Amino acid sequence: MFGTHYRLERKSIVLAVAIMVVASIGGLIEIAPLFTIDETVETDPDMRVYTPLELAGRNIYIREGCYACHSQMIRTLQDEVERYGPYSLAVESKYDHPMLWGSKRTGPDLARVGGKYSDQWHAAHLRNPRDVVPESIMPRYPWLDETPLHTSHLGDDLRALRKVGVPYTDDMIANASADAVAQASPDDDTAGLVERYGDATQIRAFDGDQRTVSEMDALVAYLQILGKLSTVPHQAAATTPVVPPVTER
Amino acid sequence: MVSGLTGSERQWGMAVLVILAFIGLAMAAAGASRADPLQAHGFIVLLFSLGVLGVLLRGFYAPEPPETRLESYYDDPSKAGIVVAMVWAVFAMFVGDWVAWLLAFPDLTFDAAWSSFGRLRPVHTTGIIFGFGGNALIATSFHVMQRTSRARMPDQFSPWFVLIGYNLFCILAVTGYFMGITQSKEYAEPEWYADIWLVIVWVTYLLLYLRTLARRKEPHIYVANWYYLAFIIVVAILHIVNNLAVPASFAGVKSYSLFSGVQDAMTQWWYGHNAVAFFLTAGFLGMLYYYLPKRAERPIYSYRMSIIGFWGITFFYMWAGSHHLHYTALPQWVQTLGMTFSVMLLVPSWIAAANALLTLNGAWHKVRDDATLRFMMMAAVFYGLSTFEGSFMAIRSVNALSHYTDWTIGHVHAGAMGWVALITFGSIYAVVPWLWKRERMYSPALVEVHFWLALAGTLIYVFAMWNSGIIQGLMWRTYNDSGTLTYSFLDSMVAMHPYYVARAIGGLLFLIGAVVGCYNIWMTIRRPEHTSAPSGDAPFPSTLQPAE
Repeated sequence: MFGTHYRLERKSIVLAVAIMVVASIGGLIEIAPLFTIDETVETDPDMRVYTPLELAGRNIYIREGCYACHSQMIRTLQDEVERYGPYSLAVESKYDHPMLWGSKRTGPDLARVGGKYSDQWHAAHLRNPRDVVPESIMPRYPWLDETPLHTSHLGDDLRALRKVGVPYTDDMIANASADAVAQASPDDDTAGLVERYGDATQIRAFDGDQRTVSEMDALVAYLQILGKLSTVPHQAAATTPVVPPVTER
Repeated sequence: MVSGLTGSERQWGMAVLVILAFIGLAMAAAGASRADPLQAHGFIVLLFSLGVLGVLLRGFYAPEPPETRLESYYDDPSKAGIVVAMVWAVFAMFVGDWVAWLLAFPDLTFDAAWSSFGRLRPVHTTGIIFGFGGNALIATSFHVMQRTSRARMPDQFSPWFVLIGYNLFCILAVTGYFMGITQSKEYAEPEWYADIWLVIVWVTYLLLYLRTLARRKEPHIYVANWYYLAFIIVVAILHIVNNLAVPASFAGVKSYSLFSGVQDAMTQWWYGHNAVAFFLTAGFLGMLYYYLPKRAERPIYSYRMSIIGFWGITFFYMWAGSHHLHYTALPQWVQTLGMTFSVMLLVPSWIAAANALLTLNGAWHKVRDDATLRFMMMAAVFYGLSTFEGSFMAIRSVNALSHYTDWTIGHVHAGAMGWVALITFGSIYAVVPWLWKRERMYSPALVEVHFWLALAGTLIYVFAMWNSGIIQGLMWRTYNDSGTLTYSFLDSMVAMHPYYVARAIGGLLFLIGAVVGCYNIWMTIRRPEHTSAPSGDAPFPSTLQPAE
């Protein structure tokens, strides 16, 4: 063994190729099957896609680095299920390019935050978290209200997502900008939006201001849809066992 | 520095910079067409290339370097790399300490988007890992590969292209975060155009390394080079795979990852954990394997331990990434593989650490007297400690408690401050007098001061995060007698406050240490050159023949 190495370490190209081969094995065995084994991701024929407004909100969530402090992945542990709701399934982030599972909970998990608080609470909380939660250490985001949302190029975003596997239709791509505006303007004609994205689409002035479509509208729309794209986790939770609590009293 | 380049190399440099300037202009124009932040990045590329071009033109007509240059090593890029690394260190540690204070006092910031925690945090991580760590690795690898090969680099252009091009990548990354440009993949945040640029730079780096090795006059490739090679090759693989994405438009910054959900998570943490393995471990083990034995004037303790450690690390690490995803929607078989290999990883890691510490046998009196060597010794100790902690935290039931908490942050910083930064400071204090041909550092006493500031800062930081992380983890899972959760999330957050303050103080001590280091290095450079050859650095061979 050491004799072989004694010869190997005299050939730089052989050494380089050996490093490449040895380092590739682990990744190949762990990652490649995730694309081929069907059970890896549960099936949900009713899985929703993000509307253009929600997608814009998701991109603001990414831009501001929210994922650095908030996870979106409830683990299969009893205390997490009791605190946050049914544990997360792979199918829920099937259309998430990239995923936002996160790695740190400086703040609480957000995988099922949709519908948990009112729009007004979210808007006030984002403007200044300490107005509604005095102990909070979250940053303030006062500029979200004042910044109009750029909607004109959302069709490009949907098209790119379709290339990587999200089932957006030509109709959705063509109407992306208009749909984003419509979702935050309940008094306008929203029939097309509902037809494309389903009856459950939440159409409200998320920032409380009918006249404008701000970044606040988009981000709150996104937060309010978290955990609501699929109903499968709520069905699965009743049947699948959860790791029991390690009790600390 | 331009005077070290030959006439044709200067022309090459000019051509590359002019092309880059036009690319910047094109990016700016494309971004402007849709009011995209790509516009700002285009101008940054343009200004950067014009700035470097200005430096190049100022020395463009200087006399060509004499042929005798080929009888010495080419160290100008190493010198520049060391200085740039220290600048990044102070900048990124400052930002790190700022965000640490923000977690204790959230209003200690400006009322502006660029200065909010979520945008500053990647500035800190990228600034430290890629700015400080990456520049230190590039600078020392140039130094080490020439000495251990006993050969000069094949040309003077490529090392500058690598160093300057790499820093352009770092600048694009960091300025991007301030503007909100990020892919959100941790430690792989820069967007598609910056990623493509890094691939070009990195391939040049690999070719430069292999070309230098091909010129070596030493039959065997020394172990430090194995590690530097693994660092360059595997980081290239990781970077390319994890950053595969489709841009929404070539006139915009935004792109969408090729992978989604569970596959994306696994790819990301395969990348993320091996950024730790091959950027923050393999590269710095390369440093350790050269500068520690040189400074201690002792040969490496065991050749066989070097081999087992190296191949063990190269093979096992690549399986370990899934331990970041215990109890998640990732299939359990992958979690179990990740945990198993993470535990096994302790063996090659401790072999590497033990090999370093046993090398000091017979030189422990030097460790006592010489703070530079003590930096390296302490780095090996922290390497051993944090690899043990890492294997421990990868065990599923431990991870159930530690994941998502500050314990992870403490673990990362035991590695980043205790191991990566200490070995870098030790290596820099060893190499600066050699590179600038000075007898010694300006002030050994200040090296001593830096050592104790760095050690104290690391210990305070790590202890604070152990406390906060474990308290957090326990509070989240505590049930009361009626079978319901005892603490709200907010309760756990409020309990963190004293530890966040302590952590910020630890970070501040570490930052002050780095500033002291900068002053010491600056004063060393300003001193007059030592007349006789500097002791310690390997001389350029005059009579040896090529081996291959």
